[in-house]
Amino acid sequence: MRWSVAQGFSRRSFLRGAAGGTGSLILGVKYSPAEGAIKKHSSSVINNFIRVDPDNTTTLLINYAEFGNGAYTSLAMMVAEEMDIDWNTIVLEEAPTEPKYYSPLFKEYLTAGSVTTLSAWMPMRTAGAQARDLFLRAAALKWDTDIKALDTQLGNVIERNGDRSSTYGDLLVTIEKESLTALSNVSLKNPKSFKLIGTNTKRIEGTEKVNGSAIYGIDIKLPGMLYGSVARCPVYGGKALSWNDSKTMAVKGVVKTKRISSGIVVLAKDFWSAKKGRDALEVVWDEGQNASLSSEKFYSEYKALASKPGMLAEDIGNSLKVLHETRDTIEAVYEMPYLAHACMEPMNCTAMVEQDNADTDKISKCEIWSGTQYQSNDQEIVSKLLNIPQQSVTVHRPLIGGSFGRRASKTADFTVDAVEAANGENVPVQVIWSREEDIRGAHYRPLFVHKLRGALDDKGIPLAWHQTVVGQSIMQGTKHDPAYMVRGMDIYSLDGCLQEPFGVFRYGTSYAIPNHRVESHNPPKVGVNPHEWRAVGHTHTGIAYECFLDELAHAGGKDPLDLRLELTKDNPRMNTVLKLLKEKTNWNTSLGEGRARGMAARTYSVSPCAQAVEITLLDNGEFSIDKVICVIDCGIAVNPLGIESQVQGGISIGISAVAFGNIEIVDGRVKQSNFHDYNVMRINHMPEIEVHIIPSEEMPTGVGEQATAPIAPAVANAIFAASGTRVRSFPLSKHGFKLI
Amino acid sequence: MTTLSVNEKKHTVEVEADTPLLWVLRDHLNMTGTKYGCGIAQCGACTVHIDGSPQRSCVLPVSAAEGKEITTIEGLADAELLNEVQQAWLDFDVAQCGYCQSGQIMTATALLNHNSSPSDEDIDAAMSGHICRCGTYQRIREAIHHVANKSSVNVK
Repeated sequence: MRWSVAQGFSRRSFLRGAAGGTGSLILGVKYSPAEGAIKKHSSSVINNFIRVDPDNTTTLLINYAEFGNGAYTSLAMMVAEEMDIDWNTIVLEEAPTEPKYYSPLFKEYLTAGSVTTLSAWMPMRTAGAQARDLFLRAAALKWDTDIKALDTQLGNVIERNGDRSSTYGDLLVTIEKESLTALSNVSLKNPKSFKLIGTNTKRIEGTEKVNGSAIYGIDIKLPGMLYGSVARCPVYGGKALSWNDSKTMAVKGVVKTKRISSGIVVLAKDFWSAKKGRDALEVVWDEGQNASLSSEKFYSEYKALASKPGMLAEDIGNSLKVLHETRDTIEAVYEMPYLAHACMEPMNCTAMVEQDNADTDKISKCEIWSGTQYQSNDQEIVSKLLNIPQQSVTVHRPLIGGSFGRRASKTADFTVDAVEAANGENVPVQVIWSREEDIRGAHYRPLFVHKLRGALDDKGIPLAWHQTVVGQSIMQGTKHDPAYMVRGMDIYSLDGCLQEPFGVFRYGTSYAIPNHRVESHNPPKVGVNPHEWRAVGHTHTGIAYECFLDELAHAGGKDPLDLRLELTKDNPRMNTVLKLLKEKTNWNTSLGEGRARGMAARTYSVSPCAQAVEITLLDNGEFSIDKVICVIDCGIAVNPLGIESQVQGGISIGISAVAFGNIEIVDGRVKQSNFHDYNVMRINHMPEIEVHIIPSEEMPTGVGEQATAPIAPAVANAIFAASGTRVRSFPLSKHGFKLI
Repeated sequence: MTTLSVNEKKHTVEVEADTPLLWVLRDHLNMTGTKYGCGIAQCGACTVHIDGSPQRSCVLPVSAAEGKEITTIEGLADAELLNEVQQAWLDFDVAQCGYCQSGQIMTATALLNHNSSPSDEDIDAAMSGHICRCGTYQRIREAIHHVANKSSVNVK
């Protein structure tokens, strides 16, 4: 896939023209291997990430996924800034799934954790600076002059006090003739001299996304491709005992049915026929171990566990002693349900499994086309599944219609579906999940129960805090176990509860409470696949922590924002964020009858973020969120326009969750199935969002999930301020508070 | 055999009469700009114009679209141009993942054709049948107002 800024159209029309105008052939060109493209365009490889054409086009091999996060744009900005090229001359191409393109932080080909900007900051800038330096050296040689007499200007090397200038593209001949190569040690720009970084920059793949030409995974069309639809056991983990496909095979267009790990797949010449055939299948299921599970049972078991001692994650001071000696302790239990990601593009993957020419029992290679956050894991799982070397699995990366964590599946579930369906077919197979399968897909934000106890000092300031966290671990027993499990505890389950850094998470809550104890229970991982969901641990710890802190503020007669200012007085970054929030919200003014404010402050993955919401609550429980003011400190703001998008998006998905989000398991089955019963926010629910970015010279840190973390508790705290009702089990709709 | 007029071109397809128009567009005509989101007319990703009016192609049997003029996102503007709504979407950098935006743009275009200066309430009424999980709603609203303020003529 290639994108360019200004030439989106011309490049596409070239591709269309060259390909004869049909979808499948366009892909043949777009997905041509990098080596082919190099020869075709006589590009010169500058380093792992950059190629330059004689016509001065710069190709960036991009090694992070674009799912709305803006990674393509902000990473290209870093390269363009250091390389000093015209923004309109950069095009992107997917970097292959090879170790040299792995995230330096994860050591995998993975886009996750709101760390893309941080992880790419040095590699992208260095790649750009290496290229610029190479062209400067080439010009110095060509013109037999001192490199110090030269400078660059938007893709050209120029002589400061002379007439000579050359495009980078024209210097490729010199680079080749003189066998020049990029140097590893090059100096980077002083951030004060950035020209592109820090400016509002529209997304590089924007045009494709408004004229219908953007190719997502679900849009892949390949010659001879079949479509697959899977009949799955209604109980997660169940298996098909037998199936009768006589009605299915009578559906026009259906080719065959067969067993795959996740159920029975129906293959057909188009998706509608596959789905119609799937719906006509008669399957006898063995529902397995999970048929009696229910959300209600999980809640009651977890509440019982929350009263028992757990594994000790943190014990600052002596909370138990202080709480024991305090007469009026405050206690609360918070309950958060399972949540589905419900990305707009349902899960899907296209796979082509090729047999060895010499030995048709053997598989020679596999290609997959997948909107995935996690290329290297998909590649590894597919290689094990087919028993072929990892490098024999090619992962193509179409655009991604939303992810929010879902498409970083550790089990590669939707990828495995397609590969198993395609295995033995000798044609590509695209498996598309229906929305119902997607909602019931069991990769959920796990259900959590938090029990909290607190004590105040004589000034009403929190003196002791004791939190017990109960919920299924995301990382336990996965390949991430060594990095994310600390003394048996999942750092994601506790992220946002701990005052001090824990494991690889080098940040705490930003607050300082003198006695602070947190315990953790990992109940058995049954029934669902606990999974990352935008802001991960903070989606539940944020509610528990920030709502209970609000309870303590209320009990101590403190203003909730002033209390947080007090608790962060030794944390300058969060304290600054809170001060600006107070100013921008006119916090001490009254909003008038029926209206109220709530706020919360969270530090997720380094960047502190605080929000205040203004709501209107009607007597019948209906409420609107009128305005959200968000202040974030994400270090250097690479693309403020993109940051604003991410904040708006993070807030939106968080409001959906706190207002409506609820996946309920009853008799082992997921009750919800589609957007009519898994409600999400729509345009009429959307508040006005005001974003304030703290100016900074710190390294850029993430914004993708940060704004999701405080919004749910801020809304719940506003509901309390307006109604006096403290909601402690979610979503709000369970208690008659209906977002309008 | 079903004959359809899509973006002012005639196409003949051989499909069952109950096949939703969405899958005919996507799988038989290879026009993938129109998206599948829910299959039950809840999310709006599949919105196309039928004789100028926005409809959910995921629940519209192809037989019901026969003899009518179907416009998809690919046909909103001529050749390589964008209509004013698409241009405003670019100018306001509306799209994030972008998956729902074809449908959003189809409905916004129809809204502006019908009402050249929609109020916030008009926008809510017209656009609330669409879901964007990336939360681009604020910029969608700004882009629609921008087109309305800029022009009083039909956007297409």
